[in-house]
Amino acid sequence: MAKTYEEINEKIRKGHAVVVTAEEIIGIVEEKGLKKAAHEVDVVTTGTFGPMCSSGAFLNFGHSTPRIKLGGGHAYLNNVPVYTGLAAVDVYLGATAIPDDDPRNKVYPGEFSYGGGHVIEELVAGKDLVLSATAYGTDCYPRKKIEILVNIQDINEAILFSPRNAYQNYNCAVNLTDKIIYTYMGVLQANLGNANFCSAAQLSPLLNDPLYKTIGIGTKIFLGGGIGYVAWNGTQHNPTVKRKENGVPQAGAGTLSVVGDLKQMKAKYLRGSSFLGYGATMTVGIGIPIPILNEEICQYTAVKNQDLWCQVVDYGKNYPNNLPSSLGEVNYAQLFSGEIEVQGKKIPTAPISSYSIAREIAGTLKEWIKKGDFELTQPVQCIPGPESGITFKSMKERLVEPRFE
Amino acid sequence: MSVCRRIVLRFPKNLVEKPLVYHLVKDYDLKFNILRAKITPEEEGLLSLEIKGDKNNYSRGIDFLTKSGVTIEQLGQKIRKNEDLCTQCGLCVSVCPTPALAIDRKSREVIFDSNHCVTCEMCIKVCPVKAMEIKFD
Repeated sequence: MAKTYEEINEKIRKGHAVVVTAEEIIGIVEEKGLKKAAHEVDVVTTGTFGPMCSSGAFLNFGHSTPRIKLGGGHAYLNNVPVYTGLAAVDVYLGATAIPDDDPRNKVYPGEFSYGGGHVIEELVAGKDLVLSATAYGTDCYPRKKIEILVNIQDINEAILFSPRNAYQNYNCAVNLTDKIIYTYMGVLQANLGNANFCSAAQLSPLLNDPLYKTIGIGTKIFLGGGIGYVAWNGTQHNPTVKRKENGVPQAGAGTLSVVGDLKQMKAKYLRGSSFLGYGATMTVGIGIPIPILNEEICQYTAVKNQDLWCQVVDYGKNYPNNLPSSLGEVNYAQLFSGEIEVQGKKIPTAPISSYSIAREIAGTLKEWIKKGDFELTQPVQCIPGPESGITFKSMKERLVEPRFE
Repeated sequence: MSVCRRIVLRFPKNLVEKPLVYHLVKDYDLKFNILRAKITPEEEGLLSLEIKGDKNNYSRGIDFLTKSGVTIEQLGQKIRKNEDLCTQCGLCVSVCPTPALAIDRKSREVIFDSNHCVTCEMCIKVCPVKAMEIKFD
């Protein structure tokens, strides 16, 4: 028996909705069977909390007296450069930006102790930030320099707008070379010394809606401790990767672009993060509710770690050289067990995204919905699925002909 | 009664070239395992050891080292996990050479057991949110 969004929202408003997390639904389906579970449960909540480099925020500072045009100039927040190629006092602060004088990897492996993600975390925490900028000066925007304290309370808009978050599945990273390497997947010891992975697996939003039947443009979500929305599919959205019979992709596939008002988010779920030898980024908390419209959707949400597979990839040689390769497939139950076998060798595994906070986010979203504080939205448009034929391309490197005039 | 302790020895410059640890075996029948060492001639030396042996012999051995001018600290208590900052991700677990950092199977939280810590400080370097801290006495 199918349900509609409106019927589920009516139950939420009355406080009657049955809401469970993506972990809890597994046991419910096992115990009661799919048909009964789909009938009884209205919403399944998901969660993830991991490093997401393609994150950032648009900020509008308001106009200074006299006015300054940051557009075309240079601007910094706590010494971290922000993008100014916009109107006079709009900037974009990206999570991976680092100060001009950061030593980067000159002393290898670099620490990258402070970057755009850290600035966003401090902004959300209500701390004052130093805005410093230089501009070229115009008749209507004469000021050429500014150095002031700014606070999230005082600025006009602070909008988290991230082009790619919530990756649907990811690689399991290993290192086949004989040297230790420092990657965005953490430190990888030489000669298959360890394996790192990054997914909330059975709790992860897009792994619970593998074919994007309910998560689409306009879907209301938990974002950074507050409310946000899915704005579009994310960049590098790759719905056509290989999938198992359950519809779940066996490698990184779908992604989401998300948006929300930073002023109502919490620093706990937007954490500036430093990856040794790699760079600065932000660890982002996202939770997405899935309406149990029918048995098919319910079946998707009941997916377990052992049914979710990913590819083991060598980050020593193959990944940096963009060579397509997989050393094999492992499932998340194996990865969470602490040991997998690759090329006949048993190697220890560790996650780089937080399962316990993913669980906390799914739990928080569940409480919001149960209390009637959070209703579900029907997407205004679906994001492209496997039928779209959209495939993630490598860069087409066409050489520039030298031109002499 | 036998004991097993993990300690850090700090040798002042003038002691770096003396074979003091040898006496722990010879005179006090203590077994030791070197966990970490940083010794440069003409500079202060640092040696992390796990020492096993009879409790009385251990006390007498430590006494000998102290009287010789070596400073001794308990190891493991120097590294601390700041629970307010930790996101329970697991990156530290991937670099920890001992079972000191592990993920609890049920809560999926990162557990730090200082008894196993050899103060290699890899977790401090790798923690993306600087939740692993070193405590200076």
